[in-house]
Amino acid sequence: MPAPALTDTAAALCVVLIFLVPCAGAGLALINAGLGRSRSAAHLMMSSLCVVAIAATVYFVCGFAWQGFVGGPSHSVSFSGKSWDWIAAGPLFLRHQVFEGSPASLAALLGMFSVGLAAMIPLGSGADRWRLGACCASTAVLAGWTYPLFAHWVWGGGWLAQLGTNYGLGQGFVDTGGASTIQAVGGLTALSIAWILGARRGKYTHDGMPSAIPGHNGVFVLFGCLLAWVGWLGLNSAGAILFNGAPPGRVVLVAINTTLTAAVAGLTAAAITHTRYGKPDASLTANGWIGGLAASSAGCAFVNPAAAAAIGLAAGVLVTFSVGWFEVQMSVDDPGGSISAHAMGGLWGVLSVGLFAEISASGHPGQWLAQLVGIATLIGFVLPLTYGLNWLLDRVYSQRVAAEGERQGMDLYELGAGAYPEFVTHSEEFTER
Amino acid sequence: MKILGFLLLLAGWAIVITAVALLVVEAPRAAFVLAGIGVEILGLVLVIRAHPAQRGERE
Repeated sequence: MPAPALTDTAAALCVVLIFLVPCAGAGLALINAGLGRSRSAAHLMMSSLCVVAIAATVYFVCGFAWQGFVGGPSHSVSFSGKSWDWIAAGPLFLRHQVFEGSPASLAALLGMFSVGLAAMIPLGSGADRWRLGACCASTAVLAGWTYPLFAHWVWGGGWLAQLGTNYGLGQGFVDTGGASTIQAVGGLTALSIAWILGARRGKYTHDGMPSAIPGHNGVFVLFGCLLAWVGWLGLNSAGAILFNGAPPGRVVLVAINTTLTAAVAGLTAAAITHTRYGKPDASLTANGWIGGLAASSAGCAFVNPAAAAAIGLAAGVLVTFSVGWFEVQMSVDDPGGSISAHAMGGLWGVLSVGLFAEISASGHPGQWLAQLVGIATLIGFVLPLTYGLNWLLDRVYSQRVAAEGERQGMDLYELGAGAYPEFVTHSEEFTER
Repeated sequence: MKILGFLLLLAGWAIVITAVALLVVEAPRAAFVLAGIGVEILGLVLVIRAHPAQRGERE
């Protein structure tokens, strides 16, 4: 596949948009901290910082070398007469990369921010019980292997991107802003972490019924949503220019679609919870908002605003009900709602490209099939891969904190100081019910 | 059961990849892709059932 060319204007705009992406990470950190317990709040923020640092470092060492960019060196295998490009073969440590605003250098910059964002997603599902060292080690695995591999397939000219040219499946797998590469990969890793860690103590009674453990700071959560919105505007717009070759003017449509999808999803979640519980639920509304942002990422450059609103409506319903489904039916303790918002929202966003996208006037039959192949790859390959790697890590270095750490709170046990030292803010919930 | 579930996930993905690579006509290709996703869903169900809540209550 030939490398895309960017005009100077497009490259400059892309840099500015990429600089907004850390806002998404800051938003997620606030949401995760707010939805966790007060006695683990500082630990979660510390984990967020460490995770971003580890992700950026590992991505520098080997991540971008294996993710690559369209037109760069790669390894391929031949299958049924076609070349299947499965991993990039760039030099480690970003050597030989010229940082002058070329598409490849911009992809490296966006990738460094994106991998940090993806690595922060599992912190929500592992809140209140995931050791700091373990989440750093897990992040190294994610940033060094899982993320670059899948990102190469989608953004680096890999076999998923080539489904169109090789097999006539539309334009090949399309994901503008990372609904699959960032959100679904992060969300499926969050599911693996929640399974491996198990539920928080006191979350489930002996007969398997979940107890409510409300988040400790709704202001963090809702402000995090607003901050994440800014980050997503940058992420989706930069992705559209860099990976889809969209002209700079298309950023307007991307921003409108991103906002509409998140807005409708958030409103839908608020309406559903108001109908079910009599009052809108702030945490589920936040999850709906983030789920809408995740869903918007895949097709924001290719759908019209009405379709973006429809995608948001479906995302709001999906995320709201899946939070309860994971908690009650599947017994998965996910304090931050990361699995529902990022994995379910991201997967729905990927599918929505096949249903709503207007990729070209001539139409591309088979686009929906290309998107389905991407979803099948996420569930059938990425989930076992990330679960297996984290399971192996757990055998070597236990990921869950000791019972005493959970009782004391992660702040005191792992950091030696709490986030709110002046207040006693929690009751003892480990007594028999 | 958990290992079987993960094997089914991989098997479903293999069916999808093979269908894309070997089948040319759209209808059977789509049918096999959907069948592969069906196998993946079966695998997911098995993995989910292998992770009951009480396992999380480990020391």
